[in-house]
Amino acid sequence: MKNKNILWRGELTTEGSLLRKGLAFLSGGISWLMIFLVLPGLLFIGVSFATRGDHGELIWKFTVENYQRLAGYSLFGWTPDYLLILWRSVEVAFVTTLVSVILAYPLSFFIASRPAKSRYVWLTLIIVPFWTNMVIRTYAWFYLLSPELPLAKLATALGMIPPDTPLYPNAIAVYLGMVSVFLPFVVLPLYSSVERLDWALVEAAQDLYSSKIRVFMQAILPQTAPGLSVGIILTFVPAMGTFVVPDLLGGSKYMLVGNLIQQQFGSSRDWPFGAAVSLGLMVLTMISLQIYNRKGKEIEVL
Amino acid sequence: MRKSHPIIKALALFTVWFLYLPLLGVAVCSVNTAKGGWVWKGFTLDWYFKLLDNEWILNSAWNTLELAVVSTAIATLLGTILAIGISRFPWGRKTNSFLNTMLNIPVVIPDIIMAGSLVVVFGILREVSSIFDMGMIDMIIGHVTFQIAFVALVVRSRLALIGQDVEEAGRDLFASNWYLMRKVMLPLMMPGIVAGAMLAFTLSLDDFVLSFFLSGPDSQTLPLFIYAAVRRGVTPEIHALSTLVVLITVILVVGAERFSKKEIA
Repeated sequence: MKNKNILWRGELTTEGSLLRKGLAFLSGGISWLMIFLVLPGLLFIGVSFATRGDHGELIWKFTVENYQRLAGYSLFGWTPDYLLILWRSVEVAFVTTLVSVILAYPLSFFIASRPAKSRYVWLTLIIVPFWTNMVIRTYAWFYLLSPELPLAKLATALGMIPPDTPLYPNAIAVYLGMVSVFLPFVVLPLYSSVERLDWALVEAAQDLYSSKIRVFMQAILPQTAPGLSVGIILTFVPAMGTFVVPDLLGGSKYMLVGNLIQQQFGSSRDWPFGAAVSLGLMVLTMISLQIYNRKGKEIEVL
Repeated sequence: MRKSHPIIKALALFTVWFLYLPLLGVAVCSVNTAKGGWVWKGFTLDWYFKLLDNEWILNSAWNTLELAVVSTAIATLLGTILAIGISRFPWGRKTNSFLNTMLNIPVVIPDIIMAGSLVVVFGILREVSSIFDMGMIDMIIGHVTFQIAFVALVVRSRLALIGQDVEEAGRDLFASNWYLMRKVMLPLMMPGIVAGAMLAFTLSLDDFVLSFFLSGPDSQTLPLFIYAAVRRGVTPEIHALSTLVVLITVILVVGAERFSKKEIA
């Protein structure tokens, strides 16, 4: 039947010729993605089962040692160091996403309540940091956390840090940096949902004497769920793998999985272990998204 | 339009300050005469002029631009053709879901994983040819790989908007393949192609992780330069450079918005 004439978008052609043409259009982009994305990914899985040579070279000898090491087993017994780093990364990504969402709601509602003209200016104010390089936005915190300024003075007064030292590197600095870097990723998609909010539903809930929490949970949350979901995924996934923020603001005191991966491809030159950690990160990210999908549905049923 | 509650307004303003205070701090330091530390000593633009004398910085700026322009050009071409291939042919359900997955992987995968896997691949390819030595070519390939998907997604949504009526009308009027492409489809697709290219360009300028993993000794970009300098200790020159980069970002964002507004109107 390949040679039967068909009419496709006003053109008289045959199925065979249409198929050939379609494949020709796909070939360039798909081959590129195959060669530089899919194959490297598969190879990466293979490498995670390989061995590191004495000079950092790859030796194709099958082993599960890299995964054992990630789970904490070594010649000297069991240590939770790597698992702790993995867990900490989930924790940081979760808290970052949560705080960003909490801050993003008032901001989105505020922008949506502005007159049309100034709304454009406010949105631009959010888009600019969204597109500003992460390295700059991260190190910019050095200034705010420097010993001469109130934040570090406050921490000194509370006895958290010795006098005349900056408020970094430590966990607080990582959290501050993470939230400020990822906040626009939640605000922009959330705003697009808030802008289209049907206020009649909110008013109906209020007229029926719903509590404020119920108004939010039942009239506002379901309506803004599409934008919120996009924002949560756009924040959580990159936050899990980030390494600029913990590297500059956490240092060796607050390492995340991104730093661990970077070390293996940088100074340690241990590709097999790096690949194993990367796949660990990938699995953790997918599990988290799976849990989110399930919980997300429960919230809708509520 | 509804008025927002004072508490909401206060929280919103706090959040905007939270986003900008660090950047404003850097901007203030970039015009401060003090060489180190964060105490205000007086106004100067010297640090900006010094940037022009620094060969390293000029070189990095050039590399950043070269990387962004070349990778955007390749990705826009491949991504546009790919988008046409995806939307203009009657693919079956399975092929469509395969194509969708291919476009979504680079968007959702953590960039550090993509960077790591490319390091391994180039490490192996390097034994075949020295073209793949750490440096500009590796970086361009890495950037194109995530840019293609973004360009294809943007152009595809534009194609969906165009629909098939115009094309059919063109065929009815005996337009040849080439004529139809050049005179009908390309002009209609142009806003999508330009938007996709701008997105790809900004993504390239913004990237740190891929460049960091794949760069060689002669292919340092501005984000890499700033990162290395910050690790050695911040200087007013770096503040000036960063402030310039932020200003360029502002110009690009406002320019892009103007462009998309004009297209909708």
